[in-house]
Amino acid sequence: MTTIAPYRSPVQDRRDGFPQLLHAEWTKLRTVRGWVIGMIVAILVTVVISLVFAFAVGNTSCQNGSGKVQHGSACLSSLPTGPGGLPVADDFYFVHQPLAGNGSITVRVSSLAGPSGPLSGLNPTPGLMPWAKAGIIIKQNLSGGSAYAAMMVTGSNGVRMQWNYTGDTAGLPGAVSSASPRWLRLVRAGHTITGYDSADGAHWSQVGTVHLTALPSTVQAGLFATSPQLVTFNSGFATGSMNGGTTKAVAVFDHVSRSGGWPASAWTGGAQGAGSGGYHQAASQFTLTGTGDIAPALSGPGNDAAGREPISFFLVGAVAGLIAVIVVATMFMTAEYRRGLIRTTLTASPGRGRVLAAKAAVIGAAAFVTGLVAAAGAALVAIGIAHATGYQLFPVPWPTELRAIVGTGALTAVAAVLTLAIGTMVRRSASAVTIAIAVIVLPYFLAFTMAVPSTIGEWLLRFTPAAAFALQQSLTQYPQVIAVYTPIGGYLPLAPWIGFAVLCGWTALALAGAAYLLRRRDA
Amino acid sequence: MSLTLSTGQRGYGAWAEAMHAEWTKLRTLASTGWLLAGAVAATVTVSAATAGAATVSPGIDPAKLSLTGVQAGQALFAILGVLAISSEYSTGMIRVTLTAMPRRTVTLAAKAALAGGLALAAAAVAVLVSALAGRFLLPRRGFIPANGYSLLSLGNGADLRAVCGSVLYLALIALLSLGIATAVRDPAVAIGTVLALLYLFPIVATLITDQTWQRHLEQVGPMTAGLYIQATVGVRTLPLTPWQGLGVLALWTAGALILGGLLFRFRDA
Repeated sequence: MTTIAPYRSPVQDRRDGFPQLLHAEWTKLRTVRGWVIGMIVAILVTVVISLVFAFAVGNTSCQNGSGKVQHGSACLSSLPTGPGGLPVADDFYFVHQPLAGNGSITVRVSSLAGPSGPLSGLNPTPGLMPWAKAGIIIKQNLSGGSAYAAMMVTGSNGVRMQWNYTGDTAGLPGAVSSASPRWLRLVRAGHTITGYDSADGAHWSQVGTVHLTALPSTVQAGLFATSPQLVTFNSGFATGSMNGGTTKAVAVFDHVSRSGGWPASAWTGGAQGAGSGGYHQAASQFTLTGTGDIAPALSGPGNDAAGREPISFFLVGAVAGLIAVIVVATMFMTAEYRRGLIRTTLTASPGRGRVLAAKAAVIGAAAFVTGLVAAAGAALVAIGIAHATGYQLFPVPWPTELRAIVGTGALTAVAAVLTLAIGTMVRRSASAVTIAIAVIVLPYFLAFTMAVPSTIGEWLLRFTPAAAFALQQSLTQYPQVIAVYTPIGGYLPLAPWIGFAVLCGWTALALAGAAYLLRRRDA
Repeated sequence: MSLTLSTGQRGYGAWAEAMHAEWTKLRTLASTGWLLAGAVAATVTVSAATAGAATVSPGIDPAKLSLTGVQAGQALFAILGVLAISSEYSTGMIRVTLTAMPRRTVTLAAKAALAGGLALAAAAVAVLVSALAGRFLLPRRGFIPANGYSLLSLGNGADLRAVCGSVLYLALIALLSLGIATAVRDPAVAIGTVLALLYLFPIVATLITDQTWQRHLEQVGPMTAGLYIQATVGVRTLPLTPWQGLGVLALWTAGALILGGLLFRFRDA
């Protein structure tokens, strides 16, 4: 007589924990060849689009003033580089003297006006520009892009103290006129420059103080006037049109007084950079006319540094990669329903919320890696080709570029989770893919290609999941620079992390809906 | 004992039976009606929203503006095309279909005729209502003859071309999707491929700074070239004439249908 020992599974108890669930879902994802190929396609497509863009910008052709066709960097306007490493506009009319060592300059501005006659290329003639500037400036030297600090009156933004192209502090509000003139003062002490303003020349208040390490002992100081280009951008149908031209500012100064080391006996007038203008001195009164701007030069169509793109511009292929990821993320859920696998899955792990969480974690992680590798590859390709063709990328601080690259991974990951949630709710592949593309990619398409008016485009990039593409922007919008801030130029309406939060919010809602339906419905 | 055979095994009869069978399948699916209604609703909603938010500025094409919804609604026409065949693969129905109607080319042609016909009907409704919405909304936004914009009218040759062309455009998109879906079979992959093909060309073309590349991409892309048919302003500056543009889309559609047809014919179901 023999006894048969009953079968005992060698598998240990308690093997249905969350790590095991994650492992099971990862095995499903990893072993479907088509899905792995889909993820690889996502990476390749992103990198290939970056490659095409990098070659296209490196070989841009254009006509110069005499009609001769030029290529590559010759098409980019050469701009001076400011103290922060950014390309800048340093164009104005400057009436100056050297200032040796410490000292100060004080003026009264009694008028700032627009052009008196018509301007070429602009109809109707614009009046005084909101950011026309006139005042006093202390500058490292006369070369473009050198360090400076300035006190100024502006067209409609009151008194400002500005320094090193990006710095801006507000002083007295209100417009300047002979009835309410503005007194401005700059005091230099070593590397420190302090700006003051006053409405009556008797009661002074400090506007700001800045530390300019680049200042030598002898600097150039004096009066300046400038008025930025007028650019109007009409968004039509994929055909935004740009109109614009040079504007002019006329400023009247008096009560010019100096203290400290001023070795020269007379003022010298001259246009700085691409600026133009002139000055006229009658007794103690100076009238300056100026054109140009002292400000950061911005990338994007219509702006000073148009044609020079930051690295993040070359991450645009990520939207193509995202379509492939969306397809995989959909099938990761809908294939369970199509094959009936969902019943096995839910038998093995009856906690439905946990199954959804495990799936979301696995597809999110896989999509994050895919998006990150794709973006990093696209960035490296762009940098490599820029080096090879001599194309000058628009400089952006590396943490910002890194945020754009890692952000691409993050947005791909959360978009994949959103897609998974949609797939869980809809259960049918075709509908789920279409809904996911319609809410994530379609708004991006409509806004970027200007298929819809810019008001709707902006709304789409604020409130739809496509807002997360804000993570890819690396350019700064300056309130003191009126420029063409369009999505194509790389300027999105929301700050990077806020845009990402919008996508996360939609995803949380969708996941809640998916969890509810998954529990409520029969599989 | 005699076996009664159904009539019409060959010629016109086989076609008619295939059409009848496919029509029954499409007609009795709840999703078909919803899809068509959704396609019309999406097209009209986006068109009307765009027309309602438009502002007068140089270079704006009122006809194209009123038909903006085509760019969004086409996604649903694409689903229609994809589901016409992919849903059979999802459920295994395709094996029953091919057992009953072993002539694969006839089956596919019947599917194409029905999906194309339904798309054409839905597109006609969607485009006409969109144009009508534009006709009423645009004058309120300042698009009036006093500002140099004529009212949208089917009596105007260019406007008529934009409207009829948009209807054909949407039907061609549905057929293109059918062709791609026949080739790749899986509905998710098919939809992903179609929408990538449609939307990526214009995104890349808009962002690329080089004019030559931009022109080439727009000429080649099925959506960018196909939508030239909507142009009524600045037609001479387009890289292709409107009908040539629609022709490019027709070539894509023909290519996809031929590729799909060949794979369908020579591959196991």
